[in-house]
Amino acid sequence: MSATSHAHHDEAGQAPLVGSLGVDSRKLGLWAFIGSETLFFTALITTHLIFYARTKAQLMADGMLAHMDPKHFLGINLTSVLAAILLASSLTMVLALAASKSKEWAKFRFWLLATIILGSSFVLGQAYEFTHLYAEGLKLAPQYVFEGETVKSLFGVTFFTMTGFHGLHVTIGVIWLLAVYFKVQRFAASPENPMDVELVGLYWHFVDLVWVAIFTLIYLI
Amino acid sequence: MAIAEQKLTSVSPATASSGSFPWRTWLATVDHKKIGIIYIVSAFVFFLLGGIEAMLMRVQLGAPNNTFLSADVYNQLFTMHATTMIFLMVMPMNVGIGNYVVPLMIGARDMAFPRLNAMSIWLFLGGGLLLYMSFLTGGAPNGGWFAYAPLTQVQYSPTSGMDYWILGLGLTGVASIAGALNFIVTVLNMRAPGMTLNRMPLFVWMNLVVSFIIIFAFPTFTVGSIELLFDRQFGGAFFNPAQGGDAMLWQHLFWFFGHPEVYILILPVMGMISEILPVFSRKPIFGYSFVAFSGVGIGFLGFIVWAHHMFGVGMGPMANAFFSAASMVIAIPTGVKIFNWIATMWAGDVRLTTAMLYANGFISMFIIGGISGITLASPPIDLQQTDSYYVVAHLHYVLFGGSILGLFAGAYYWFPKMTGRMLNERIGKIQFWVMMVSFNVTFFPMHIVGTEGMPRRIYTYEAGMGWDIWNFIETVGTFFLAFSVLIFVYNVLSSLRTGEIASNDPWDAATLEWAIPSPPPSYNFLHIPIVSSRRPLWDAKYPHAAGDGHHGAANAPASVRYEYTDEETPGAKEIHMPSITFSPMILSGGLTVAALGFVYINKDILGLPTRVAALGFVLIGIAMVAYAIWGWIVDSRKDSPYLGQHH
Repeated sequence: MSATSHAHHDEAGQAPLVGSLGVDSRKLGLWAFIGSETLFFTALITTHLIFYARTKAQLMADGMLAHMDPKHFLGINLTSVLAAILLASSLTMVLALAASKSKEWAKFRFWLLATIILGSSFVLGQAYEFTHLYAEGLKLAPQYVFEGETVKSLFGVTFFTMTGFHGLHVTIGVIWLLAVYFKVQRFAASPENPMDVELVGLYWHFVDLVWVAIFTLIYLI
Repeated sequence: MAIAEQKLTSVSPATASSGSFPWRTWLATVDHKKIGIIYIVSAFVFFLLGGIEAMLMRVQLGAPNNTFLSADVYNQLFTMHATTMIFLMVMPMNVGIGNYVVPLMIGARDMAFPRLNAMSIWLFLGGGLLLYMSFLTGGAPNGGWFAYAPLTQVQYSPTSGMDYWILGLGLTGVASIAGALNFIVTVLNMRAPGMTLNRMPLFVWMNLVVSFIIIFAFPTFTVGSIELLFDRQFGGAFFNPAQGGDAMLWQHLFWFFGHPEVYILILPVMGMISEILPVFSRKPIFGYSFVAFSGVGIGFLGFIVWAHHMFGVGMGPMANAFFSAASMVIAIPTGVKIFNWIATMWAGDVRLTTAMLYANGFISMFIIGGISGITLASPPIDLQQTDSYYVVAHLHYVLFGGSILGLFAGAYYWFPKMTGRMLNERIGKIQFWVMMVSFNVTFFPMHIVGTEGMPRRIYTYEAGMGWDIWNFIETVGTFFLAFSVLIFVYNVLSSLRTGEIASNDPWDAATLEWAIPSPPPSYNFLHIPIVSSRRPLWDAKYPHAAGDGHHGAANAPASVRYEYTDEETPGAKEIHMPSITFSPMILSGGLTVAALGFVYINKDILGLPTRVAALGFVLIGIAMVAYAIWGWIVDSRKDSPYLGQHH
C-alpha cells in the first residue's frame, strides 16, 4: 500500500472514522478488474456459443449433424487433465498463501513453485492441444475440415479466439507468479509479502474459474 | 472563518519561476493535479482538431452539390470528428477534471494508484497519436465512429485506417478501464474520516457511478474490436456474412458498449452541475439522495437500452417494444435530476457568474436534447428519424448542449483552483452568449432538415430538396461557434498572464477543494480534514447557516479550515508523496509501439518483407513494457510505506 492509500485516523488518535471500506486498495482494485474481465470473457464465450448454435442448426438442416458436429474435435482426454491441473494449481496457490501468512518460507516456495509448474504445464498442454486441433482440421479460419469434408463455420475462429485469450491470461499469470516468487525470495522479511501473494492468488483463481466455465460450457455440454 | 478574511497567496507557483520548463517534473509526474492538467490541455487540443473537422464538413455541406471535399475525405472527417469528440475530448476532459478535483473533494492526497494514473494519461495520448497518425499513413478511419460491419471488413475498407481505429481505441480503452479502477478504489477507500458515502459531493458520486459503467461496458467493445481485428488481419469472419459471420453481432457488441458510453459522457458533467448550482444559489442541492440515486439508476438502466440504436435493423416487435420501454423509463431518473436542479435554484440567492450561466445553458439545452431523445425512443417514429439529421440534432444537443456546455461551466468554476487566476467574467459572459446563440443556430435547424428527409453521413445533396437554406444557416452558425471557442482561448491565455489572483475560495463554496490554496501544494492538505456533513467547508464558515440536516454524531469533531500552505510550510516536507517516475510512460510507449506493429501485421512497411517490420515493432513494444514493469516494481519498493524498515 502506498503512502496515499492508508486508512486515516483522526488527529486525536481515536479509532478511524469512516472514509474507507477497510479492504486493501490493491485488492479492491483487483476485484473490480476481475469484474471487468468477467464481462470480457462472457462476450467471448457468448460469441462462440452463438456461432456454434448456428453451425449446429445449419448441419441439422443438412442432415449432417451427427457426423460433422465440430464438437467431435473437442476431445476431453487432454483437456480434462488440463482442467485438473489448473484446479490443482489453485489448491497449491491457497497453500502457498497460507505458508506466506505464517512465514513458513520454505513451504511457501515449494507450493508457489508447484503452482508455477502446474500453470506452465497448462500453457504447454494447451499449446499442444492447439497444434493437435490444427492438424486435425480445426483452425482459426471460417471453415473446418473433418474427415476430408469442409464445413463453412465460425466454430474454429471463435474457439481459438476464446481459448487463446484465456491462455494469454494464464501466461501472464505465470509470469506474475514468477515475479512474486523471486521478489519474496529476495526480500523475505518484507511485510508486504502476504498481500503480494494474495493478489496474484486472486488473479490466479479467477483465471482458473474462467477455464472451468469454458471447459464446462464448451467441452462438456 | 468568513470568506472575506481569506488571504491571497502571493503569486501562483506555476508562474513563480522564470527558469526553463520543468520537463522531467511533468513527464514523469504521478501527481493527480498535473495529470489532470495534461488530460485537460490534451482534450482541449483534440476539441480544436475535432472542431476543425466539423468546420470542414460544414463548408462542404453549406451548399448543394459542393465540391470542396471528396466523398472519401468526407467519410474520414465524420468518422474522426465523432471519434475525436467522444474518445479524445469529452471522456478525457471528464477524467482530467475528475482527476484534479475528486481527490481534493474527498480530502485525499492523491488517487489510490498514482503510477497507474500516469499510465492512463500516456496511454490515452498514445492512442490519440495512433488515431491521428492514420491521416498521414494512407487514410484515417472512414467507417463511421460506430464502425458497422461488413463495411469495415478489409475488402471494403482496404486502407489501414480501420486498423488504426481498432488499435488506437484499444489503447484508450485500456487507459479508461485503468482510470476507472483508480477512481473506484480512490472514492471507496480514500475519503477523509467522517465522509461517509452519504456525505460525498455529488461530483464524486457521479465519477464513482461512471467508473463502474466503464469497467462493465468497455470489455464488450474490446471484444468486438478484437474480433474485427481478427477479421481484418488473422482470417476471422466474425462479422462477414459472406463467410458465415453476422453483421448484427457487431451492432449488438458495439451498442452494448456504445449506449453506456453516452452516460459515461454525461454523468460526470451532471455531477459538475450539481456542485455549481448550489454554490451560485447559496443553497444546498435539493434532494441530494434523489440526485445521487438517480445517477445510479441511470447507470443501471443504461445497460438495457442499447438496441434503441438498432430499431431500423429489423429485430422484431418484441425486442423493439422492450428497448423502447426501457429507453423511455430512463427519462425518469434524468427528469428527477433536472427538477432537483431547478428546485436548488428556486428562491436561492442566485449569482449569474459565467459558470452559472453555462450550468443553466446545460440544463435548458439538455432538456431539448432529451425531448428529441424521447421521440427517437419510439420505434415507429424512429423509423422516420433514424439515419437522418434529426439524430444529428439530438446527439449534438445532448453532447454539445449537454456535455460541452457543462464542461465550460466546470472550466469557469475550477479554473481558479487549478491555475490560481480568475477567468475574466465579462469576456466569459460574452463568450457564453455567442456560444449559446451560435450553437442553436448551428444545430436547431438539423431537427428540421432531418424531418424533411436529409440523411446523415452524406457528403453532398441535391439542390431544391428544401434543405439548402438550413444547411447554409448551419454552416454560418458553425463559424460563429468556432469564434466563441476562440474567445474562450483568448480568455484563458490572457487570464493566465494577468487574471485576478484567486484566493482559496473565490466562489464562497461548500466543498473541501476550496479550503486549500489555488493551486494547491503537491500534498493537497497539510492536515487531512475530518468531515461531519455534506458541505464541510460551508458549515465551517457558516455554522449557523448549516442547513442540510446531516451533521453526524453530536460529538464528532469536524476540522475544516482554510489552509495557507506551500512546499515550504513546516510539516510539509514530512509528507511523503510518491516519487516521479518514467515507468508508466515507458509502459504506455511500449504498448503504443506494439499496437502500431499490429496495425501493419499483414503488410510490408519500411521497405522490409511482409510482417518483419511489424513484428519488430511488436517485439520492441513488448521489451519496453517488460522494462517498464521492472522499473515500476522498483518504484513501488521505493515508495513503500515500510520505507526505512528492513524489507
